[in-house]
Amino acid sequence: MTAVDVPRRRFADREGALAWVFLMPSVFYILALVAVPFVLAVGFSLSDVTAGDPSFNWVGLDNFRAIFDDPVFWQSLGNTFLFTTVSMVLIVVFGKVLANILVADFRGKWLVRFLVLLPWTTPVALSAISWLWLLDSIFSPIDWILRQLGLLGGQGAPLGNGTNMYWLGEPGLAMASVIAVHVWRLTPLSAVIMVAGLVAIPRDLDEAARVDGAGYWRRMFEVTIPLVLPVAAVAALFGAIFTFTDMAVVDVLTNGGPNNATQVLTSWAFFRGIDGGDVGQGAAIALFLFPLLLAAAIAILRAVRRMEVQ
Amino acid sequence: MAVVEVKNLVKLFGGVRAVDGVDLATEEGEYLVLLGPSGCGKTTLLRTIAGLEQPTSGDVLINGHLVTALPPRARGVAMVFQSYALYPHKTVFANIAFPLRAAGMDSQARVRKVNWAAGLLGIDHLLKRKPRQLSGGERQRVALARALVREPLVFLLDEPLSNLDAKLRASARDELKRFQDEIGTTTIYVTHDQVEAMGLGDRIAVLRDGKVCQIGPPVEVYDDPADTFVATFIGSPPMNLVTRDGVLVGFRPEHLLPPGVTVSPDRVTISLAVDRLEYLSGDRHVYGTVTGVGEPTRVVARLGATVDMPVVAGETYDFEVARNRLRFFDAESGKRMDSVPV
Repeated sequence: MTAVDVPRRRFADREGALAWVFLMPSVFYILALVAVPFVLAVGFSLSDVTAGDPSFNWVGLDNFRAIFDDPVFWQSLGNTFLFTTVSMVLIVVFGKVLANILVADFRGKWLVRFLVLLPWTTPVALSAISWLWLLDSIFSPIDWILRQLGLLGGQGAPLGNGTNMYWLGEPGLAMASVIAVHVWRLTPLSAVIMVAGLVAIPRDLDEAARVDGAGYWRRMFEVTIPLVLPVAAVAALFGAIFTFTDMAVVDVLTNGGPNNATQVLTSWAFFRGIDGGDVGQGAAIALFLFPLLLAAAIAILRAVRRMEVQ
Repeated sequence: MAVVEVKNLVKLFGGVRAVDGVDLATEEGEYLVLLGPSGCGKTTLLRTIAGLEQPTSGDVLINGHLVTALPPRARGVAMVFQSYALYPHKTVFANIAFPLRAAGMDSQARVRKVNWAAGLLGIDHLLKRKPRQLSGGERQRVALARALVREPLVFLLDEPLSNLDAKLRASARDELKRFQDEIGTTTIYVTHDQVEAMGLGDRIAVLRDGKVCQIGPPVEVYDDPADTFVATFIGSPPMNLVTRDGVLVGFRPEHLLPPGVTVSPDRVTISLAVDRLEYLSGDRHVYGTVTGVGEPTRVVARLGATVDMPVVAGETYDFEVARNRLRFFDAESGKRMDSVPV
């Protein structure tokens, strides 16, 4: 070889092209699993596609008119808001309490940490089925404990003289059960997010407050909670979105019953669109999740931004 | 009566003796500086006095009362942290008012008190701001105001100047001193910076490995160090130590001078083979090897701006030290000992 060996510009040196190559998998993923189904859903909601007749016929807003006329839709919408709001508040509050336990230093904390994270790591179908047994109308261990404590059954018991609570049979109790199981499942996630917020607070601040004469509760409400608020908002956002879009707990525990008392938008869309075969109406119902989720996401992100600017 | 008294205090972290049997007592209105290298236990000692750490054994007394088991809020102490630890979500006013609210003071009295403290530190115009909008010096003043507003028995300051840049540090140090002169409250100040310690302290306690090496006024600690650690930790450049028959002969760089500069009639002549010179803000630092006193040792001489004798690297000169400036230490223990003939 006579000439100087000129180093060649390799593909790995071309950052612009490389960026596209690295981005493509996620772009493809989002297009295939988010954008395409979303466009399909919009299309189906304006069509008369059913499971038996997949041919696409434009029907305009007929599907929306039909679901608005259906009282179950409005009940589902109301239930969804109740389910989401109550769950979100409880998830954030319990998440904060659990986070305090997770950051505390005590003997055997690894065991407690493991147990705390268990509900989140267990597959939802599995844990929901366990709860189905715990809340069984006849064999519920919870009812048995209540009976043993004298709170249920017998004359003048505080929870009534029946032998069972029928957790999933009474409308109010069914909603409470669904919320309780959902909160039980999502609290660990929120706790882990909160832990990240808690450990980010400089220890100096808590110590300064202690020297300044503040007791536990004053330090909690005037120092820790205000400083953990932006992170709590993120936990609330996740809680809201996971609750809003969840149908596994409802599906396994109550199937939307009794008498649609626990029917939420996701389960109603599923029953209508998949079980019932009316894909057009199912899509129209499911589309209602979109603006509400968008509004929730924007509202919470704005709250976070405002706190940062302050 | 001592405002703060520490009796045989020991603090273990695992197997490490962070504080190892310290006895200390501050006098009323005194500025006591705890000085030592990082890891010497000075901050742990301060935190134990504040009540943020529980001692393994020993006692802390404040105003004659035993407070070892009491929480920080019951001790009547105020602390300024290295980071200042201002509450970032509260305004300056709310920061200063926080200890008063914790004490249950009513809102009118609170406003009066905050304004008094803010006026004293010249931060009246900052009360509506958030800590984020303040400069380092302003933050220090807010932290001091928050400490002052409770009218504590004692101020505890944990390296409050180390977060400031070098230029600001000198003026902030001056401000701290004037502030304490004005308030007259007993202060315990932790630092690793000997300049701060010498400049601020009425007395300095030099700590090493959790023990107090020496405690005394700055002049005493500088001129009559109790051991070789204090001798070499304080002073820049540190004291020169020359080994001679199991004895360390010490002399400060500014006392090793060319002939004719030292006025004391009783002088020791020392031969110095110069190998390097440094010019530092008017002073000349002369590095070289001394022979004749003991084993040949590399030392530093600091010639003030008024000493104009020419000194060249590579030459050997006869320098002098006044005999009363020589200090003697046991070579084995490093402890101070009586003079030996040189």
